[in-house]
Amino acid sequence: MAAPTIRSLRSPLGRVRGMGSAKGGTHHWWMQRVTSMALLPLTIWLVFALARMPDASWLEVTIWIGRPFNAVLLLSFLAAAFHHMAGGLQEVIEDYVRGDLAKVGSLMALKAACFLLWLSATLAVLRIAV
Amino acid sequence: MATFTLPKNSTVGEGRTYPAPAGSKNVKAFKIYRWDPDGGANPRTDTYEIDLDKCGPMVLDALIKIKNEVDSSLTFRRSCREGICGSCSMNIDGLNTLACLKPIDEVKGDVRISPLPHMPVVKDLVPDLSQIYAQLRSVEPWLKADSPPPPDGERLQSKEERAKLDGLWECILCFCCSTACPSYWWNGDRYLGPAVLLQAYRWIADSRDEHTGDRLDALEDPFKLYRCHTIMNCTRACPKGLNPAQAIGEIKKLMVERQG
Repeated sequence: MAAPTIRSLRSPLGRVRGMGSAKGGTHHWWMQRVTSMALLPLTIWLVFALARMPDASWLEVTIWIGRPFNAVLLLSFLAAAFHHMAGGLQEVIEDYVRGDLAKVGSLMALKAACFLLWLSATLAVLRIAV
Repeated sequence: MATFTLPKNSTVGEGRTYPAPAGSKNVKAFKIYRWDPDGGANPRTDTYEIDLDKCGPMVLDALIKIKNEVDSSLTFRRSCREGICGSCSMNIDGLNTLACLKPIDEVKGDVRISPLPHMPVVKDLVPDLSQIYAQLRSVEPWLKADSPPPPDGERLQSKEERAKLDGLWECILCFCCSTACPSYWWNGDRYLGPAVLLQAYRWIADSRDEHTGDRLDALEDPFKLYRCHTIMNCTRACPKGLNPAQAIGEIKKLMVERQG
């Protein structure tokens, strides 16, 4: 068996202290809680609203979306849902992806995808409602 | 990506079987992870058949019996054999626990024993704990106060202040919880893990400590603290019945509280 390659002789305490604390993460963690609290009533409202119109025509649905109350709640739902999705998937990437390039690249791709999806969905609601 | 499979030189093969002495009536098989750093062979699982009529009730009793009477090369840590030193932590029947507190008759079928998961192995059931000890040291688990103690006695606490330490001081640093945590498996080099965070909270919660803010500053980090996703394996594993997940939750609440 080949001798194990020793890559660093730094002490365990030096490695563990590393670059110290990033002084962050609390905002991200708290926003995940805030968006999930917002999504709880919003999702229940949306599910019940959609369940009540399985046979609705295109016209009826666009009129429903166009009502200010429904449009505001829909836009809130989209903002909370995409924010929550981006934050949650960011955690998955940070947990599992190794290597700076892969990690930064996938995080930027994730943020871009979530942002564009949120923008498209929001534009769709606005075009019907406004 | 995080590594989910064992490298080739770590896959575990079948080892030797040591049968029970002839005439044994109450036989139980102990399948134990073996690895010797000398020689370069892969790890293996040795099977030891033990006559339970001539063995103490706990898994540690069986391990000591094996070492004394069957195979003296079997290597494991143990000291107090009563659940207070934290030395004999290992994975028994799929759950991290203390061998001295785990009754053999709680295990159905063969008793499978391996070292604490996802730690470098020194030999057999002995994991290398140097990194996790360094992590413990990094949270400075001792009283830090600038005010001198009263000249005529010790630093005092009210009964309420002392009660906040219950469920924290009992930790014996066996690391069953940290090595049961998937977040610690994947990011143990940066995430402090439940055992060390519970120790950090033990000093954050101590009314006599005057460096609470510094302690929170040191933990406020996406990896050191916030890799905890409340998986709760830590609380399930703790052989002392403590709740590291709750301690981590309290730290997160303080982080938010001090912002506004």
